[in-house]
Amino acid sequence: MPKSLTPRLAALRDEIHGYAKEFGLDFFDTVFEMVSYDEMNMVAAYGGFPTRYPHWRWGMEYEQLAKGYEYGLSKIYELVINNDPCYAYLMESNPEVDQKLVMAHVYGHCDFFKNNFSFRHTNRRMIDDMANHATRVRRWVDKIGVEKVEDFIDRTLSLENLIDQHAPHIRRNPDPQRAEEESKSNERVEGFKVNREYMRGFINPSEFMDSQRKRAEDEKQQRKRFPERPQRDVLYFLLEHAPLEPWEVDILSILRDEAYYFAPQGQTKIMNEGWASYWHSTIMTRRALRDDEIIDYADHHSGTMGVRPGAINPYKLGIELWRDIEDRWNKGKFGKEWDECDDLRARQAWDKKLGAGREKIFEVRKHYNDITFIDTFLTAEFAQQQKLFVYGFNDKRNSWEILDREFRKVKNKLLTSLTNFGQPIIEVVDGNFENRSELLLAHKHDGQDLKGDYARETLRNLQSLWRRPVNIITRYDGKGSLLRYDGQHHSEKKVEL
Amino acid sequence: MTLKIHQDHSRFKQIVRGKIKANLRKYVQKGEMLGKKGKDAISIPIPFIDIPRFKYGHKEQGGVGQGEGEVGQQLGPGAVEPGDGHQAGQGEGDHALEVDVTLEELAQILGEELQLPRIERRQNERIVTQKVKYTGVNTTGPESLRHFKRTFKQALKRQIATGTYDPKMPVIIPTREDRRYRSYKLQELPETNAVIIYMMDVSGSMGDEQKEIVRVESFWLDTWLKHQYKGLESRYIIHDAVAREVDRDTFFHTRESGGTMISSAYKLCRDIIQADYPKSAWNIYPFHFSDGDNWSADDTRQCIDMLRNDILPQVNQFAYGQVESPYGSGQFIKDLREAVGDTTNVALSEIADKDAIYASIKDFLGKGR
Repeated sequence: MPKSLTPRLAALRDEIHGYAKEFGLDFFDTVFEMVSYDEMNMVAAYGGFPTRYPHWRWGMEYEQLAKGYEYGLSKIYELVINNDPCYAYLMESNPEVDQKLVMAHVYGHCDFFKNNFSFRHTNRRMIDDMANHATRVRRWVDKIGVEKVEDFIDRTLSLENLIDQHAPHIRRNPDPQRAEEESKSNERVEGFKVNREYMRGFINPSEFMDSQRKRAEDEKQQRKRFPERPQRDVLYFLLEHAPLEPWEVDILSILRDEAYYFAPQGQTKIMNEGWASYWHSTIMTRRALRDDEIIDYADHHSGTMGVRPGAINPYKLGIELWRDIEDRWNKGKFGKEWDECDDLRARQAWDKKLGAGREKIFEVRKHYNDITFIDTFLTAEFAQQQKLFVYGFNDKRNSWEILDREFRKVKNKLLTSLTNFGQPIIEVVDGNFENRSELLLAHKHDGQDLKGDYARETLRNLQSLWRRPVNIITRYDGKGSLLRYDGQHHSEKKVEL
Repeated sequence: MTLKIHQDHSRFKQIVRGKIKANLRKYVQKGEMLGKKGKDAISIPIPFIDIPRFKYGHKEQGGVGQGEGEVGQQLGPGAVEPGDGHQAGQGEGDHALEVDVTLEELAQILGEELQLPRIERRQNERIVTQKVKYTGVNTTGPESLRHFKRTFKQALKRQIATGTYDPKMPVIIPTREDRRYRSYKLQELPETNAVIIYMMDVSGSMGDEQKEIVRVESFWLDTWLKHQYKGLESRYIIHDAVAREVDRDTFFHTRESGGTMISSAYKLCRDIIQADYPKSAWNIYPFHFSDGDNWSADDTRQCIDMLRNDILPQVNQFAYGQVESPYGSGQFIKDLREAVGDTTNVALSEIADKDAIYASIKDFLGKGR
């Protein structure tokens, strides 16, 4: 069970808290708890929360974390929950200098949670809600049986990434004007013009009129699509329209809530980890570090900042970008004059002594997410300094290799990999496909094909919720393709896009 | 908190176990492909335990990296993180999940799946060993077993109770009465000993494939019997026209040419039993593998006599596995079937190919003897 801090650590926390405030960080109250390494692994397996609904996946996560720790491959330093108050965990066995580092890092995260716009709509009582979710799921387990509930969760998790990342910020209700147009088009079927009333039965015989009416009705049905416009929030669509049992609705809505809660953390990973690292580094080196702790601090700090060639380390990229922004705004390296200057020497010596860096980064941490952050602040100079490159798989050599160091390409690739979490964008386009209550999804293809076996497995899970055949339009090797699963068989056919 | 994750953890393990069961036939056939991990555990790749999603193939996707290197330079193995781009490092790289399973557990799974009965011990668990088990805390004991934490706890309790504890000066001094010691009990563990005597025909007609089958099969026999008996010994006899005892490695890797005199092996087997394994103290399991092509009917007759008179009365079960070779399958199993097929402690099995190993294990172990 987590313990509260020892008096010594409580004193250190107060000290670090003081520095964080002094530097202008603005955070919710932050509660630190002491845990053993095993408890740390447990909490981490639950995604930072002390209580989650029962599911084998947490057990798997725990097994992997525990093993990683035992073999000395990995160690979780810091865990903090976006909640009011924030909760953070300190590992008992860590030396004091690490505890200080973690505390400083945590205050950075808490400041980010409180101030960044992406988190504005998140549930700040999530600790309680997670516990409530757990209770609800357990209640269903008692009623329905563990196998059925777990099986349903497995299938729903398979669809977990099919939410609308931007939904909290955008209103996507159907607009009233459209509804009005629709009702106008509901005109009566008139038939040919009749001058003499006794001719009516001959000019517009009733069978003809009936067939006309039917055609109009069909057309109207055709026009009235369902959903009216493509819907990104596939989970919501299922909640509304899939023939689910009450318990299934409840569990699906729980999983959807949790997916939305975690979404902003995915959208701001580079900024958030960079911000926390920037602050632990600032607080430690400027204030908190004792002389005898420098070596250990440097060791651990550089451990966090280490890069592998085939992966972006969000801590490293983030902290460097924050520092770059601060430096540019301190020296006035922005704006028209700076952009137009192509004298390299002048650019290097550029210093307008603006000193606006700190202010700027505080502003940026409020209004950006990873995509806009990278898009706005990742400069060619920065990419070169940081030695960024694009890599890809070379089939002939059967290995990964560096493809390009050109700035545009690097930036584009980075932005693509951040778009929608680096996940394919998929929408519901028809809930009554071919007028047979089949579900049709569409993958907005952006140059990358779906992983085929995964797509088929996912369709299978989707079908079990929709209970009618399900389809997805995507593209393989440049050609339109309709994948379909009817409950028994998978099929694939070419379609024109 | 502790309890909750343990539930999820054991549920996960249960699922893994189910997956192992479902794929057991495949694992059994391959036997040796199971990466051996240490002495008692092996790691098994479990197919598809991660949750499928609509996602990109990582190989098509590529990504952005950081570091030195020219364009075209290869990134070393392990440099690229598998996974979903941004959420890298979640271990979603491949379908297969490597899990560690102890041989003990594997034997259990094998037993459940093949519905193997527990072996009836012939010996009434006579041999007994003693084991020290720490059971609790006592107020007396040797200093080397002093329980420091409990001692100080006791002292703290006493000091608080007597009002001599000052939180500003938290000094705790245990007295003689505060001392606590770990206490232990001697447990008596019944132990049953068992010996497997493996015999294999290594004459020219037994090819590599046949020996591979024997090796895989004996891996599983070992595993099961180890699960049943704590002290398990193994002896290895190879034979062509003559028999000799060898170590495990030689057993699996010897190839001889020349004829086959099965009786030579049975003679040696009999001698070994007589010399080292008195029936009163040992559970004895001879396993013999051959392609069944014996030298002569006369030799076969000798074998049967020896089995009847010397071996079968001594052993829990005698097992003979006939492995089909490129030269066809010999007569020996038929002869045995006629002569001793009805005897309760004889198990006979024909193993046509690797696929047949699974069923053959059941032939051998299904009698629960």
